[in-house]
Amino acid sequence: MHADPKGVLTGVHFLDGDHACCEGTLAAGARFAAGYPITPSTEVVERFAWRIPTVGGIFIQMEDELAASIAIQGAVWGGAKAFTVTSGPGFSLMMEHIGYAAITETPCVFVNVQRGGPSTGLPTLPAQADMMQAKWGSHGDYSIIALCPNSPQECFDLTVTGFNLAEEFRVPVMMMLDECVGHMTEKVIIPESDQIAITPRRFTHESPEEFRLFKPKEDLVPDMVKAGDGYRFHVTGLTHDERGYPSMNVETQDRLVRRMQDKLKPFSNGRALFEAVDLDDAEVVVVSYGITSRVAQRATQMARAQGVRAGIFRIISAWPFPEQHIRDLAGRVKAFVVPELNLGQMVHEVERHTAGRAKVISVPHAGGSVHKPEVILKAILEAAR
Amino acid sequence: MQRGLSQLSHTTKLGLTEIRVAGFGGQGVILAAIVIGKAAAIFEGAYATMTQSFGPEARGGSSAAQVILSGEPILYPYVTQPDILVVMSQEAYAVFSKQLKPGGILIVEQDLVRIDHPPQGVRFYGVPATRLAEELGRKVVLNIVMVGFFAAVTHVLEPDSLRKAVADSVPPAMQKLNLQAFDKGFEYGAELVHRMAEGGGDAEQVLTLESEA
Repeated sequence: MHADPKGVLTGVHFLDGDHACCEGTLAAGARFAAGYPITPSTEVVERFAWRIPTVGGIFIQMEDELAASIAIQGAVWGGAKAFTVTSGPGFSLMMEHIGYAAITETPCVFVNVQRGGPSTGLPTLPAQADMMQAKWGSHGDYSIIALCPNSPQECFDLTVTGFNLAEEFRVPVMMMLDECVGHMTEKVIIPESDQIAITPRRFTHESPEEFRLFKPKEDLVPDMVKAGDGYRFHVTGLTHDERGYPSMNVETQDRLVRRMQDKLKPFSNGRALFEAVDLDDAEVVVVSYGITSRVAQRATQMARAQGVRAGIFRIISAWPFPEQHIRDLAGRVKAFVVPELNLGQMVHEVERHTAGRAKVISVPHAGGSVHKPEVILKAILEAAR
Repeated sequence: MQRGLSQLSHTTKLGLTEIRVAGFGGQGVILAAIVIGKAAAIFEGAYATMTQSFGPEARGGSSAAQVILSGEPILYPYVTQPDILVVMSQEAYAVFSKQLKPGGILIVEQDLVRIDHPPQGVRFYGVPATRLAEELGRKVVLNIVMVGFFAAVTHVLEPDSLRKAVADSVPPAMQKLNLQAFDKGFEYGAELVHRMAEGGGDAEQVLTLESEA
């Protein structure tokens, strides 16, 4: 299936990451957004509110982030593709409903343009300090997909991908931008609508009599229905059986929670999204994501100029973590260098999957700016020694 | 379907050029930077990254934007030491003039920025952009007058690319006025460069010429 041309602003543009992300939502088919404004994410929905009347759809500015994050889920069960947008403090407020989206398997997208924290922190300045929160912030065992664009172009491309993955796996997808990528303006190419592949909602072909709301298909993901199609259905945050009704016993819990985790397994391995640069002969690999990956690339170029064989493994899908790739690399490189705009988050995942087979060097930054390339270079040179 | 940084443009000969545009909020500082970035990225097929200042330096009614232009993908997103500084307010001059790269280009709105001791070792150009914009009947186009002047005195980008970027960045009803503003700034700049060449022009002579004008 291809994108609906009504939502696709085909052409060559000069856009910031937030606006490009908005165009990505429209191209992906999102026709409902709810949000509560917060710097540095507001521009995404500001543009959506401006664009949506001509495309056909709804934007609601809600009373807070709790309301926004559940309004979108109502819209999804009503048949729409929907998303919300926020930054750190709002993301914290949305945690309850991220868990609700996970257990009800509601395909939706949460855009988090990360700023410095904790709490109100640095509203106008970048950080990448919500990476663990994206995975672990809501209570209970659940799985999500998180994507990290490093340019306005990727804010467009990956937002489309994010919506598609949400539909395929029926999970909430986190678009983990950072303020720097969100607010930087660059060339963005938006292709013709027939060049944009769209994953449609997996609506059931079964009759209302035979249909069961949470009966998994072969890929462990159940098909869906929407309100008004003549199916009686019950959606609850309680542990539920295949019919969708509360069933609070050990067996049902075990089956449901394990399935929600297992359905994303293909993604941890073969389907992880990443970019590899100069890995063939690399002795030191810089693992990074978002804006930091661009600075890291500068640093590896400087290292190469000094004779150090440095390469880049750029994480694009941060969750599920691309563990297979790190394991494979760990067996043949000397060290990983992991710069992030936080005091060490994804570096722990790198360490875990390296399992002592290579050095892992964290290059932390408390946020508010990006690393100086020289700081990452220094870590690469030390790692190579 | 992701497109990596290197797939966005063709490599061109444009050298790495860092530009900062600064002034009051409302002068169109950001739009001026967008026009410059767009000219490079869209109309010259090069790379351009624009960022706005959201930090403490952007408070108190001031506004600043940074553009990096390059023939290669731009990896580090922030401007550290601009090659070209365009200032439209005294405050912006005070804050940013010391950061200009030695041998860099300083462009000022000469009626709004008084310079008692011009920085040494830079090329300096002044333009009465607000006055020129007023001659067109609309003070708001002073930013585009500045862009036209920038085109004439820097030669970093093709004037035609910048002109197209102006047309592409304003509402259709405002296109004619903005293109007039661009041309006015460009002509003023071209004339200034011509006079400098005749006078053997170094930075001090430009200053003298401007104060006599």
